Amino acid sequence: MTDPDIPPRALAEAVVTPEALAGLEPVRSVRTPIRLVYDFVPSAAAQAYLRAYAEKRILGHRSPVDGAVFVPPRGVDPRHGTAIDETVDLADTGHVGNFCVTHLPIPGRDDLEVPYVSAWIHLDGADIGFLGLVAGCATEEVRIGMRVRAVWKPDEQLGPTAENVLYWEPSGEPDVPVGRAGNRAWRGRTDG
Amino acid sequence: MAEGAGQRDVAVVSVAVRQEEALTDENEVQLLVDLVNRARNAVGLSQAEIGFTCSGSSDFLAGQAFSFVQTLDAVGAFPPISESHVEMDGAFALYEAWVKLQIGDVDTALVYGYGKPSAGSVRDVLALQLDPYYLAPLWPDAHALAALQARLLLDSGTVTPEALAEVAVRSLHNAVGNPNAVRASAEATPEELLAAEPVADPLRASDLAQVADGGCAVVLAAGERARALCERPAWIRGIDHRIDGHALGTRDLTRAPSAAMAAQEVGASSDRLDIAEIHGPTTSQEWILQRELGIAGGTDVNPSGGALAADTLMASGLIRIAEAAARVGAGTADRALAHATSGPCLQQNLVCVLEGD
Amino acid sequence: MGGERTAVLGVGQTRYSSNRGDVSIAGLVREAAYRALEDARLGWAEIDAVVIGKAPDFFEGVVMPELYLADALGCVGKPMLRVHTAGSVGGSTALVAASLVQSRVHRRVLTLGFEKQSESNATWALSLPQPFSVSINAGAGGYFSPIIRQYMARSGAPDLIGCMVAFKDRRHALANPFAHLHQADLTFEAVVESPMLWDPIRYSETCPSSDGACAMVLGDEAAGDASDSPVAWVHGTAMRSEANNFPGRDEVNPLASRECAADVFGQAGIVDPRAEIDVVEMYVPFSWYEPMWLESLGFAEVDHGWRMVEDGSTDIEGGDLPVNCSGGVLSSNPIGASGMIRFAEAALQVRGMAGDHQVDGVRRAFGHAYGGGAQYFAMWVVGDQKP
Repeated sequence: MTDPDIPPRALAEAVVTPEALAGLEPVRSVRTPIRLVYDFVPSAAAQAYLRAYAEKRILGHRSPVDGAVFVPPRGVDPRHGTAIDETVDLADTGHVGNFCVTHLPIPGRDDLEVPYVSAWIHLDGADIGFLGLVAGCATEEVRIGMRVRAVWKPDEQLGPTAENVLYWEPSGEPDVPVGRAGNRAWRGRTDG
Repeated sequence: MAEGAGQRDVAVVSVAVRQEEALTDENEVQLLVDLVNRARNAVGLSQAEIGFTCSGSSDFLAGQAFSFVQTLDAVGAFPPISESHVEMDGAFALYEAWVKLQIGDVDTALVYGYGKPSAGSVRDVLALQLDPYYLAPLWPDAHALAALQARLLLDSGTVTPEALAEVAVRSLHNAVGNPNAVRASAEATPEELLAAEPVADPLRASDLAQVADGGCAVVLAAGERARALCERPAWIRGIDHRIDGHALGTRDLTRAPSAAMAAQEVGASSDRLDIAEIHGPTTSQEWILQRELGIAGGTDVNPSGGALAADTLMASGLIRIAEAAARVGAGTADRALAHATSGPCLQQNLVCVLEGD
Repeated sequence: MGGERTAVLGVGQTRYSSNRGDVSIAGLVREAAYRALEDARLGWAEIDAVVIGKAPDFFEGVVMPELYLADALGCVGKPMLRVHTAGSVGGSTALVAASLVQSRVHRRVLTLGFEKQSESNATWALSLPQPFSVSINAGAGGYFSPIIRQYMARSGAPDLIGCMVAFKDRRHALANPFAHLHQADLTFEAVVESPMLWDPIRYSETCPSSDGACAMVLGDEAAGDASDSPVAWVHGTAMRSEANNFPGRDEVNPLASRECAADVFGQAGIVDPRAEIDVVEMYVPFSWYEPMWLESLGFAEVDHGWRMVEDGSTDIEGGDLPVNCSGGVLSSNPIGASGMIRFAEAALQVRGMAGDHQVDGVRRAFGHAYGGGAQYFAMWVVGDQKP
């Protein structure tokens, strides 16, 4: 194995600096600030989804292939590359499919106190999870299969944004068994 | 291509193209669901019957790291697929797929490329393509660099402003029949174009490609499989790409040696070319490329209008191949050249020759 | 696996560190490329094409940096390709390079993966504000932690298995002079007591952020036969991808991983990977992924991978299937190169050229990379004999 302290032969020779540059302070780094502005366009599906949030509704998309319901709606069934245009209303209740207790602050989210719990929320009627915060209970109480419901912003603060759901809190209903929580719920459904 | 490489016959059997000035109600996934399904359906293939999938796109253009992960949803990737991605124009993804088909383990491939420059400033994104220590901090945009190139051409007497205007006029006229063209005109004349003020002197707006959102999907198939899938496959008789040095000061900007090398490698000039689809982001660059690719008088150049009519960064090269293949497939051309470029002032070039049976 | 027999003729790496401020991006890639050429005893003129890979361009703030690197990599007048497939990119890049030889399009190809994260701000690069979605995941750890939690629940693995993997890989790294982290004084207790970041992932169970490059020269059968020094023969290559989020997805043991492994082992004629593979270089950016991938790849039965960690099977000292003798991603992580390092280290092992972390008598080695939401996979099997 080669020695990292020995440069490759081709790079071993010292660079010869012209006399005129002798004694000048070497340049160690160059800063090039980059600023680029983007205007993102939401798809028709995302527009409908965000507008519905203003009415405290959560929309999903139902696949024409096998009826699987996706949230948020993205206009496509990612298994088959099939376009989806059937929109369905989903409940604002569901269960924790899985979760992470994060002890690090997120860039741009100074409002979050650490540790916080981010979770895959599996809404009643949906067949995949989407990310949400879980609060309203001790961090240690969060578990796979725990039933939750949305805590919405006050009506006067609602806008076309998923941030209308402040967080998901325990609903107190009995847990979904771990073996049928999260993505495992789909198997239960398709096996009859 | 290595000496004596025994090529397997591979053809373009299906293409789908869409370009618009700005896609205001669709994201990249929606754009591609339609294109990918159109290309697959035209030859009756499901994703499960595709042996290899390869795409080209740019994170900087999309404004998001790993942006291609989301667009994989448009393909449908479950059950899992054999798949790869290049941070290059889709034409280079097609090259990777062609290489894969040469090995002989698979017979079909899906290729796509896409870009949505309307989300940001493509001129500024391209400035970040330059040497990050010496050039990029100066932020020369792509138009300014192309203008330097055009100035060298004009002042050396290699080309006249009228000749460049004629390139633009031909594009405008040809684009009239192309539903994906953003800029087209049946009446444009060189005099009229030359009367306009330059925007990046000596280049006028009509000399610069019309930026467009869009994408392209292509299905490739090998040998008998290609014949079974479509009436008239567009056989890839040769495909090669080369790159020139980057530092603009080390290059003769009136030339694109890598384009000439690639054309030589694929034997572009060994027989008459009915059409040539050239990816020239400015009239001056299209002019340089015609010379380097050895395009002769009898060849119909850019019957689609070319990139001047609609230019989608990361897809324009693949669209040139699709446009050429569509004409071979339709029987309006027997032998066609398609070309893709990348990098500042035509640094990297790919050439592909397509033929009907 | 059809086509031309393909050999690894040379390997070159840079020292990995948090900031290679002593070189430019071009200087960094040249260091790895020259070492690979020296190892292969070849010059630039004998290279037909260059295939380069790296993770998002935002990491250095340069769009398609391969264009600017064409001169530095002796590529002027040659074909150059740039691959980008998320974290698996280093592996995918090597596989694209291999396909150029397998297809007989080229005879000798230089392939290189790099990242110079110190040139830009990686946190910025990965947290570009995206409208229309709620930002609550801090980094990749936030994404993978729930999957690890699910693995722990499913397999009944003891809580400290992840710490054992991290401690093992950091010890392995001490024998690799190129590794970023050389923590000679690290104790198992210190790993366990390191801060919890994304429960159950501790700080010491995560990979560092590194500058570095790794290169290989690949050649056809004649080039392999002509080599004076040992070469590694490619016995199998496979790539697979699957969608990120769909009903019923098994995130712990993705089908794409299982199918990719079945494909690559099938090509290599391997029926029992545990018995027939001598050493593994596996993509483990978070410690728990070692037992998870051991199961997914077929080195252990489902839910039993952690036992191989617990009983020391994957330790270079006394293990029957040493994993990440180089120290792995947990000890060096120049993202765009990390996958290629796995592939290159596997090649070094079968060539008997891995230095102080060489395992005796390696005949077949496995290189592995994954990326995205554990949805992109690239794998190869290399051997000391022709396939």
